[in-house]
Amino acid sequence: MVGSLSISRQECSHVTTTAHRATAVAARATELSKVYGHGETQVVALDRITVEFRQAEFTAIMGPSGSGKSTLMHCVAGLDTFSGGSVRLGGTELGALKDKQLTELRRDKVGFIFQAFNLLPTLTAMENITLPMDIAGRRPDQEWVERVIDMVGLSGRLHHRPAQLSGGQQQRVAVARALASRPEIVFGDEPTGNLDSRSGAEVLGFLRHSVRELGQTVVMVTHDPVAASYADRVVFLADGRIVDEMLAPTADGVLDRMKAFDAKGRTS
Amino acid sequence: MFRTAVRTVLAHRTRLLMTVLAVMLGVAFVSGTLVFTDTLSNAFRSQSAKSYDDVAVAVTSAGDPGDPEADPGVPQKTLDRIRALDGVAAAYGRVDGFAGVADRDGKLIDGAFGSPKGSNFAPGEDGRDPAYTFTRGSGPLKAGQIALDEGTAGKGAYEVGDRVRVATNGPVRTFTLSGIFTTDDGEVKAGGSLVLFDTAVAQKQYLEEGWFSDVTVVAAPGAGDEELLAAIEPLLPASAEAGTGRELADEQAKEIESGLGALKQVLLGFAGIALFVGVFLISNTFSMLVAQRTKELALMRAVGATRKQITRSVLVEAAVVGAIASAVGFAVGVVLALGLRSGMSAFGMTVPPGPLVVTVTPVAAALAVGVLITMLAAWLPGRRAAKIPPVAAMSSVHAVATTRSLVVRNSVGAVLTAIGAAAIVWGADVGGDDGRIRVAGGAFFALIGIIVLIPLLSRPVIALIRPLLTGPFGVSGKLAGQNAVRNPRRTGATASALTIGLTLVTGLSVLGVTVGQALDRATTDNIKADYMVVMANGGPLDRSALSALEKADGVSAVSPQQAVSLRIGGGGKDGADGKRGPDDYVAASAVTPGAVEQVLRVDVVRGDLGSLAEGRIAVAEKTAAARGWEVGTDVPVTFADHEHGTLTVGAVYEDSEFLSPVVVATEVADAHEAKPYIPQIFVKMDGGGTAANEKVLARALGENPAITMMDHQDIRDQFGGMINLLLNILYGLLAMALLIAVLGVVNTLAMSVFERQQEIGMLRAIGLDRRRVKRMVRLEAVVISLFGALIGVGLGVFLGWAIGQTIRSSIPGYELVLPWDRIALFLVAAGLVGVLASLWPARSAAKLNVLDAIKTD
Repeated sequence: MVGSLSISRQECSHVTTTAHRATAVAARATELSKVYGHGETQVVALDRITVEFRQAEFTAIMGPSGSGKSTLMHCVAGLDTFSGGSVRLGGTELGALKDKQLTELRRDKVGFIFQAFNLLPTLTAMENITLPMDIAGRRPDQEWVERVIDMVGLSGRLHHRPAQLSGGQQQRVAVARALASRPEIVFGDEPTGNLDSRSGAEVLGFLRHSVRELGQTVVMVTHDPVAASYADRVVFLADGRIVDEMLAPTADGVLDRMKAFDAKGRTS
Repeated sequence: MFRTAVRTVLAHRTRLLMTVLAVMLGVAFVSGTLVFTDTLSNAFRSQSAKSYDDVAVAVTSAGDPGDPEADPGVPQKTLDRIRALDGVAAAYGRVDGFAGVADRDGKLIDGAFGSPKGSNFAPGEDGRDPAYTFTRGSGPLKAGQIALDEGTAGKGAYEVGDRVRVATNGPVRTFTLSGIFTTDDGEVKAGGSLVLFDTAVAQKQYLEEGWFSDVTVVAAPGAGDEELLAAIEPLLPASAEAGTGRELADEQAKEIESGLGALKQVLLGFAGIALFVGVFLISNTFSMLVAQRTKELALMRAVGATRKQITRSVLVEAAVVGAIASAVGFAVGVVLALGLRSGMSAFGMTVPPGPLVVTVTPVAAALAVGVLITMLAAWLPGRRAAKIPPVAAMSSVHAVATTRSLVVRNSVGAVLTAIGAAAIVWGADVGGDDGRIRVAGGAFFALIGIIVLIPLLSRPVIALIRPLLTGPFGVSGKLAGQNAVRNPRRTGATASALTIGLTLVTGLSVLGVTVGQALDRATTDNIKADYMVVMANGGPLDRSALSALEKADGVSAVSPQQAVSLRIGGGGKDGADGKRGPDDYVAASAVTPGAVEQVLRVDVVRGDLGSLAEGRIAVAEKTAAARGWEVGTDVPVTFADHEHGTLTVGAVYEDSEFLSPVVVATEVADAHEAKPYIPQIFVKMDGGGTAANEKVLARALGENPAITMMDHQDIRDQFGGMINLLLNILYGLLAMALLIAVLGVVNTLAMSVFERQQEIGMLRAIGLDRRRVKRMVRLEAVVISLFGALIGVGLGVFLGWAIGQTIRSSIPGYELVLPWDRIALFLVAAGLVGVLASLWPARSAAKLNVLDAIKTD
């Protein structure tokens, strides 16, 4: 799985050996709980989940609606607070952080790709891509940004505004933005949910490419078995718990596994 | 349909709150003004009716005391004859004029209303004067006694028996206070001061012994007012007029009402601005509501609502909002009226007590104004709502404002602006009254045109401001700048309030400051004297004041500017020279030869000013040219005492605003005038205008509290005072426009924040902290406000220049002055409007829950 490739020095250190890679964890949730409401109306969204997302690995989180997959991602990404347990992102424990620190953490260490409303309509594609660095007041690493842009094939459209781009192109800008600041981890929330299958395949290809070629860590929530098949590993959630895991998934394999849960859910 | 409309209004109550507030403000001003003026005029009406309660007939003399041939008033014997008439219970002769009371420090006790007045105590057979009720002491019966009204005695802390210094036109005299009284006299009730003298003293002072200026007649029981009037009229001298008490009460009430008219107009002006600016806010709110409800409205169309019904539903909503706002506004208006009344007494104006008068007019006006304005403003948004196609219900995207409609809008705006600008420039070129009418018309078109064009202007103007944002405020500033131009129509409508307000205020500030400075320069250039001595009440000075000043220590030059009655042509009433009519008076003044050029600037073109001392006259250049006079010309004249004479032109000088066109020596004039009319005396002193010199003058004038010594600054203030008052009223208007602008900006921002929730959520997710989200919203508000302000300032300066061009010929030394400091202040105020308006929207943007915000639905 080690990339063929020329990666920048920093990334090299991450991916020199499989042994090292296996131990390097980008994010880890331990006994993570999230409970809404009190008493009888109490809803357990996450039920003491322990999961690791390893560096330079592409993980998909799957599960039926209401399984807690989005909540898990939001908690690990520092977007949502949790009720119990702990989350470590890189070397940082999120439970202790205030809103301001969480905001800075997201800004500096996390990249996001959402299903829709991903881009600011007033900014050009290029400005959208460098927005996180603008917010942080950092100079973008020009060489790196160019590489990312090359990878997602946007070179010719950098000065267009989102309204002048197709849905697939907009999502490619979003991917580029998530990668451009070299975050420790990129989270995708149904990143292909609003795209046609061809554009979706392209976006997923870029994400997989960024993991293989650039050593990026990517965690993606999806309900689409085909999207999940692009990942290195699939984690299955149901009723707020991790119920299964699959390495080197295929679309059919994931679909079968999902069907099995469905059946189990129905019979139990 | 009505129910749907009410539901919609309730559902959007927070959004509509600003609209309600804007309408409410306008309505409150309209109804408050009407209730206040109704209440006030009612109070004054009953007040004046009361003061004429006992008066059956009142006689007033229009006699001219300065005219030696005419009767000075009503003689004592006429009064006696009136008293002897059947049906007359009593008749009182009155004589009055200026009388200023000094307080214990020698300062004039200033009546807040009208000038300080003096009159006579006229006791009847019972020893009482029914016009005055003595609370302490009794009326003045001896030459050395006076009585004071309660308010003035209170201000001076005078008690019966105290010595009181009183100034009339002559020198100051000291009297013993014999009593303190109350009266129903309107001016005194309103806070004016009144001194009562013994009748003989008053007559000598104001008229001539044995003469009265007014007579009031009290009827015996059973005698009719009209019959008395008929009996009295034949007894009166030709110069006197008589009327019944009721007629006079009505006349006085009418006078007071017309006096209140000006106040009413100013207050209604405020209301007008509030409503005019409010229209944009209302229209904007409804546009936003319609945009927000595109799907809902499309659904209604899909299920069968006609276009008309959609428009009507929006209008019904507007009517509901307008009615609510009017009701609240009316209540606020009544409170405002009460506040204004107590506010007037806080400023020393005593308003006679009376009930709060709420007639049908203000109620109807409040409702009509509130509801109609709101509906009018909602009409365009309503039409736009009707154009939403039913298919919009199915599509997920918001209807975007088409560029086509902006093209139409821009063309209309450009044409209007061009017409307006052309008319303004044309008017400025023509000048004078004709020019001003053109400028005013042009200003109207240009303002409307600019407001129509404002969406188009938003991009370039905000692009100018933008570098100021991105520099110091980084990414928040950049995003704010871009957000501000996202919806040009909305930004424009929001900024309009500030544009209108600042156009008016900047234009008039430019004009005011320009004219003020021109007058300032003219004063400094033309008045060489250190002091201008005048009466505090604006009346003429006694000649004794002139001689006192001439004798004062350290005075180097003194000259009066004395009004002289001089008729050109010596041949009696027909005009012997045959050229000019009998009424060919020239504006002439008498000055002291040798001193006048030391106290005023006189640029002699030809001849010698010194020849004034030889009895010659000096003439201004334009007058000399018009009449064909030259140095040496003999001019036949008729003096005030109808004597004929010939005056020779000794000098010709350049026209000056501070010098009459014809000048003679005081000796020449005084020979023919019984009582010289001296409005002002100019004094130049060794050492200039110092506090010590001022004291010397005051002592020389006998510490007369009624005489004021004005130094250069005072003179400038006197001329500038009116301008400053006017500007201050206008700044009140600006405050009004700013207030409405705040509401408008709040409204727009709240809507923008609401629409951009997902975007803000995304920004928060990728690392924009709350502080910078707040800053982004705040800066957007500031940008919109500054944009409106810049356009307003630009248009205002243009208008100020144009109006200035039309009056430049009538103002000496006119030169356009741009009050940069004030303009900067206006812009800062506009920026503050933005900051203030963004407080709440920025907070709610920063408080957005990231997860809720990015959820797609």
